[in-house]
Amino acid sequence: MTVAGTPAVATRVGRPLLGGRRFSLDWVGVLPFFAYVGIFLLLPTAVVGIGAFFNADGSFTLDNYAHLSRSYVFKATITTTLLSLVTALGGAFFGALLAYAIVTGNPHGMLRRLVVSASGVLAQFGGVTLAFAFIASIGSAGFVYLFAQSHGFDYYAHGIWLFELSGVALVYLYFQIPLMVLVFLPALDGIKPQWREATESLGGNTWHYWRYIAGPILFPSFIGAVLLLFANSFSAYATVNALINQGSPVLSQQIAAAISSEVGAAEPGFAKAIAIEMIVIVTVVTILYTLLQRRTARWL
Amino acid sequence: MAVAMRSVQRTRRIKLQVFRIIVFALAAVFFLIPLAAMVEFSTRGINGERTLEYWTSIVQYPDMIKAIIASVQLALITSVAMLVLLVPTMVWVRLKLPQLSRIVEFVCLLPLTIPAIVLVTGLFPMYIWLGTNVSDSILTLAFAYVVLVLPYCYRAIDAGLGAIDVKTLSEAARSLGASWLTVMWRVIVPNISNAILNATLLSVALVLGEYTVANVLLYSNLQVELVHLGRANAGVSIAVAVASLMFAFVLLVGIAFVGGRRRRTQSEAVTNLGKGPVQGSAG
Repeated sequence: MTVAGTPAVATRVGRPLLGGRRFSLDWVGVLPFFAYVGIFLLLPTAVVGIGAFFNADGSFTLDNYAHLSRSYVFKATITTTLLSLVTALGGAFFGALLAYAIVTGNPHGMLRRLVVSASGVLAQFGGVTLAFAFIASIGSAGFVYLFAQSHGFDYYAHGIWLFELSGVALVYLYFQIPLMVLVFLPALDGIKPQWREATESLGGNTWHYWRYIAGPILFPSFIGAVLLLFANSFSAYATVNALINQGSPVLSQQIAAAISSEVGAAEPGFAKAIAIEMIVIVTVVTILYTLLQRRTARWL
Repeated sequence: MAVAMRSVQRTRRIKLQVFRIIVFALAAVFFLIPLAAMVEFSTRGINGERTLEYWTSIVQYPDMIKAIIASVQLALITSVAMLVLLVPTMVWVRLKLPQLSRIVEFVCLLPLTIPAIVLVTGLFPMYIWLGTNVSDSILTLAFAYVVLVLPYCYRAIDAGLGAIDVKTLSEAARSLGASWLTVMWRVIVPNISNAILNATLLSVALVLGEYTVANVLLYSNLQVELVHLGRANAGVSIAVAVASLMFAFVLLVGIAFVGGRRRRTQSEAVTNLGKGPVQGSAG
């Protein structure tokens, strides 16, 4: 299409004519790219940012932001934050253990490659599929449940929690732990065995090593990973929407409901205000993550 | 002293091995059981026997077939559009406009900090316009998908271009009389074929797993149809789900092995879906 031919176009006219013109014509080569991201990335972002200040009639208003104080949005914010916090901490803890188990093995081994590739798939591929995996296993027709039930352990005795927030949290761990493995492995790889040996030659034991050497070095990286996992959960939509289809307990579902309500009460401006709320929280968390990552880079 | 030291080290090594075995065993239980359960569930017969009925009856759901075809088409269109947009631009920036490289990087990584649900909020009015004035085909989703795959593909291609000397290669080709098109197609592309393959497989996997954008824009792609059908016939839905997950596995494990064959030292970075901070997009 137009893009493929661009470099050629830019050359034909870009041969040195005058110093000044040549410089400006080079820019033609990046025009398609910037036009594209301008339309499909920056424009929608601007639509959200500006649209949040307008009501359905197109007049300026701050009502959309005022509506963020509605009790159900407030509740969804709290729920989403708690869900993200729990799955970030849980994912980070178990992911760090798994990453440590990997890093203490052969760095070029089959096991490491396999776990890393599988983590890539689970951290990236659709949350819908992962939700289905849990419905098929621990759901009320899954073999794990049937097995547990036939052995007198009915874990749904108090209701099918898989389709509640606790179930959502469990499925989130299914992509949070692999993401933690991917994020935390490089940090663990940076730990040098010599540090351990140095601790020992100075008379330190395992506790000293973790408390005074490895712990403090890995801590910023660990917290950074927790923040990344938090942002990941916070913006998730597919998994929770596949599991919970009544009410909209999390913010991403609130946004979707406000965009195109099935009962016909769509509030596009309000949807954008919630989107802004979400992006503010995610951006703050991401900035903290980047700062911590920079601090870690000093040692690892 | 030395003997005591050695025995301390040996107990530590044993402890470490025990720790590793426990962790891997628990991880295997947590990660493999749900996958195995999907296979088990989708092959369940009436009297506890194994059957492929759910699998073979996929073809009886025309909506599902349509959704699968649409998702595959979207994956292809998105990959091609992404390559056509990204590769020439990144080469051009390296050669002629190095001062822009930071801006291009920033823009490409931007979608990582904008949740898909936020992006689609902004895209919604645009797609309404697109639907009434241009086309309401599901394939228009590719416009949004190119943006979603941008960060991952940028990293893959950036790693590929970083490993070759773009400037020398293209100057050599140019001085021998090659046109810019020839330079791109016959010199740059073959040299970064690995990175291009990675970027393509990644975008195919991401598009096949995409739910948020399609669902909010009311298009029925593979994942949306999975949820929809899952409420009517869980068995068939899970059969399709396990098939799509396995397909993604093959694609992404393929990246690891293609990356590892050529450049061992870089294989890790490539399996980690490019260099720089990793980001998830499953949820």
